[in-house]
Amino acid sequence: MTGVRVAGVGLTPFGEHAGRTGRDLFAEAALAALDDAGVPGEDVEHLNYGNFMGALAERQGHQAPLMAEAAGLRCAGTRYEEACASAGVAVREAVRAVRSGENDVMLAGGMERMTNLSTAEVTESLAVAADELFEVRAGVTFPGAYALMARAYFDEYGGDREDLAHVAAKNHANAVNNEYAQYQREITVEQALDSPAVASPLHLFDACPITDGASALVLVSEEYAAEHDIEAPVAITGTGQGGDRAALQDRADMARTPAATDAAAEAYGDAGVASDEVDLAEVHDCFTIAEVMALEALDLFDSGEGIGAARRGDTTRDGDLPVNLSGGLKAKGHPVGATGGSQIAEMTRLLRGDHPNSDAVPDATVGLTHNAGGTVASAVVHVLEVAE
Amino acid sequence: MSESDPAAPADTGYDEWADSLAEGGYFIECANGHGSLPPRRVCPECGSTDLAEEALPETGEVETFSEIHVAPSGFGEDPPYVTAVVNFGTVRVTGIVRGLSADEVAIGTAVRPDVERNDATGNRLVVFRSA
Repeated sequence: MTGVRVAGVGLTPFGEHAGRTGRDLFAEAALAALDDAGVPGEDVEHLNYGNFMGALAERQGHQAPLMAEAAGLRCAGTRYEEACASAGVAVREAVRAVRSGENDVMLAGGMERMTNLSTAEVTESLAVAADELFEVRAGVTFPGAYALMARAYFDEYGGDREDLAHVAAKNHANAVNNEYAQYQREITVEQALDSPAVASPLHLFDACPITDGASALVLVSEEYAAEHDIEAPVAITGTGQGGDRAALQDRADMARTPAATDAAAEAYGDAGVASDEVDLAEVHDCFTIAEVMALEALDLFDSGEGIGAARRGDTTRDGDLPVNLSGGLKAKGHPVGATGGSQIAEMTRLLRGDHPNSDAVPDATVGLTHNAGGTVASAVVHVLEVAE
Repeated sequence: MSESDPAAPADTGYDEWADSLAEGGYFIECANGHGSLPPRRVCPECGSTDLAEEALPETGEVETFSEIHVAPSGFGEDPPYVTAVVNFGTVRVTGIVRGLSADEVAIGTAVRPDVERNDATGNRLVVFRSA
């Protein structure tokens, strides 16, 4: 089995790109990734492309060939859809394609265009990731679903809104220096607590924003990198995916996310890395409570300990285990179908040393990314390591 | 609605189940005692295809809930409204709480299921009323 290197990463700034088409956004990220890699577009053998709501937001299905064309690629493409984990699975399948020996050069990433819709329309579109019959028709929105989980967590383990506000404040602080982040500004714990309620117990500042953006990665085999003298010091050494019952009501414990636990166990085993070797993580904090549950599912904190991690300073920039140094979905933004690729792009930059926040983790060699779909009915975890 | 208008879209299995909530409702139980909601051909827990309909307990307890302040476009329910997941023993059911404000709902609150029609969408709407 050949090793997989991240040869190049490309991102659009995350935020509001009024009037820009999805194809233009993805082309920007793809060209940046190819340029960063020093790999010619004609060497790309397949595009793995993540997108969730393009058929609703732009009335555009069948996006993979369109995006390959926009990026100037001559190869075929496949769209992956796994709600907010769409790009995560697109990357995972690209890793598997390279490992199998089938492909040497893959472009993987994703795009989402969201701000052209009203908030109510985005709420409607995101709800499609839940169970239509048993959840959406019963009034469960995307924030509402995480609110149901948050209340279940508080009931089982304790914690309160102030703990969650510390997660929001931490991730905003991390985004200040990130040129790709939607909100490059700090917020206080008090501001988060005082923001309006969206779905109790979650308030506006517990939620990630509505975001346009794209991400792209050039993944190559170690052999290709060596043969073409490609500088690619970061390797994807572990990949894992987990699944769960789609509707929250069908899960035994709504305060836990076993799909992420399974994905992490597979990824750790794949990489031969233990959870206590992880130096930093990018986790799927679509809502503040999601970061808490991710930390526990990834075995970075014991059950019930994740809620206080940000407040205690364990996961802040100066903590033992910095989490979401990119700003996370919360402050960097969450263009749904692009997020899984963005997390790996940011982790690659953090490990290579060319991220604005790399100075927080100068000796880091092992990074973890966690990308979740819906209420974590899907989860994808990757282990990234400095190989050179 | 499907009886009066045969051409109307239907979700067979779900529709009949939702309608049954007016008389207390039912769930699917497999030969190994696992509960699930229809339509089912196979138990999602154990794979058993030996499935039978059993009556839901008259009341269930709120397991978690949220007061929703931002509703999807066209949903037809004026926010804020309270959505709850209610535990009936071997199955849980999600619906909107009627007759109780968010302050009056707590984890453990006893409720009974019922069904309404969502006028905006024409869909059946699972609701809970104070038991």
